[in-house]
Amino acid sequence: MYDKNKIIPGLIVFVGLVTFPIWYGFGGGGKLPNPEKPTIAKQCVMPTEEMRKSHMVLLNQWRDDIIRMGGTRKGVTADGTDYVRSLQKGCMKCHASKKKFCDECHNYAAVNPYCWDCHLQPKEAN
Amino acid sequence: MDNSRRKFLKIAGLTAIAGIGAPTAFNSLLKGEVHASTATEGCYPAAEHGVVTATSGKRLGFVIDTKKFAADRDLSKRCIEACHSIHNVPDFGNKKDEIKWIWVENYEHAFPDNSQQKVSEEVEKLPIMTLCNHCQNPPCVRACPTQATFKNAEGATMMDFHRCIGCRFCMAACPYGARSFNWRDPRPFIKKENPEFPTRMRGVVEKCLMCYERLAEGKLPACVEVAQPAGAMFFGDLNDPSSEISQVLKEKFTIQRKPSLGTKPSIFYII
Repeated sequence: MYDKNKIIPGLIVFVGLVTFPIWYGFGGGGKLPNPEKPTIAKQCVMPTEEMRKSHMVLLNQWRDDIIRMGGTRKGVTADGTDYVRSLQKGCMKCHASKKKFCDECHNYAAVNPYCWDCHLQPKEAN
Repeated sequence: MDNSRRKFLKIAGLTAIAGIGAPTAFNSLLKGEVHASTATEGCYPAAEHGVVTATSGKRLGFVIDTKKFAADRDLSKRCIEACHSIHNVPDFGNKKDEIKWIWVENYEHAFPDNSQQKVSEEVEKLPIMTLCNHCQNPPCVRACPTQATFKNAEGATMMDFHRCIGCRFCMAACPYGARSFNWRDPRPFIKKENPEFPTRMRGVVEKCLMCYERLAEGKLPACVEVAQPAGAMFFGDLNDPSSEISQVLKEKFTIQRKPSLGTKPSIFYII
């Protein structure tokens, strides 16, 4: 083989560069999201696992039920706390910070829900 | 020669079959056996205005006393301010981009059906509070391709902003100009945001929603709350003969906007 001295080190450098993203983060797994839990209530409207998985479905169900079916705006959690079935008037009363709660996971999962194009997030003191 | 005769016969045969078949297909379309589109529930062809329809269920409506608004010229401004501040309605400061849920119109524009050759000065200058008519037979609902706008059980013509795709068919369909389109992002133009109500985004149509969020809390619509102490606006169930609004309608002569269109507006004006 001609130019062995140049090709083989070149290949090694090339492979190293291409696989850089793999071995750079190896074993670390990145920083896991850590949404801030509210202090004023212990229990959410559904078990945590279900909320984590399908809170967006729940929000859509609330909306359709209230404005199309004339459904109730009031809900009660399993431990008997009243809440309002509403993003702005309900969810955000406990989860008062969009940045510390919503954005934590949404940024991690690289999803960009358009809730806040219209809905107003609570004013945060900063 | 043989070949071309064969071709000619083939084409002649097919044409004959098509000629016999086409009228049959056309007739079945005419008879309505094939539905090109499904009609929205609660919408029917415009009937004559005077026809009495079934009075089951709720139908919330307004009576607006234009004389009271003429007596207190400031009242209409306060109504508009109350509505627009609660619902985060932006003020772009120009007519082209204007978003309005409730606004003042003059008599001639509000009631083109009631045009007279000579109108008294008093009537000419009447401030007519105009808002979505919450028609019983709303053309906007028929036009909406996504059912973003619909009639709710209380008789309000509702909107689900999430579903609006901004096609503006409803704006073309509405004979009252009650709908506005967000050509630009409205957020920076909202004077003071009400954290209890959402804003809209660019590319969405909006209009008066009969304060559905306030009705749910047992409150009156914002405009009525402001105008009621002066007796300028009444709100209630038009289908309930014992409601205050029905009593007012029994006693006073009222007119509706463009009744000839058969939309059956739920807003009645005392002139």
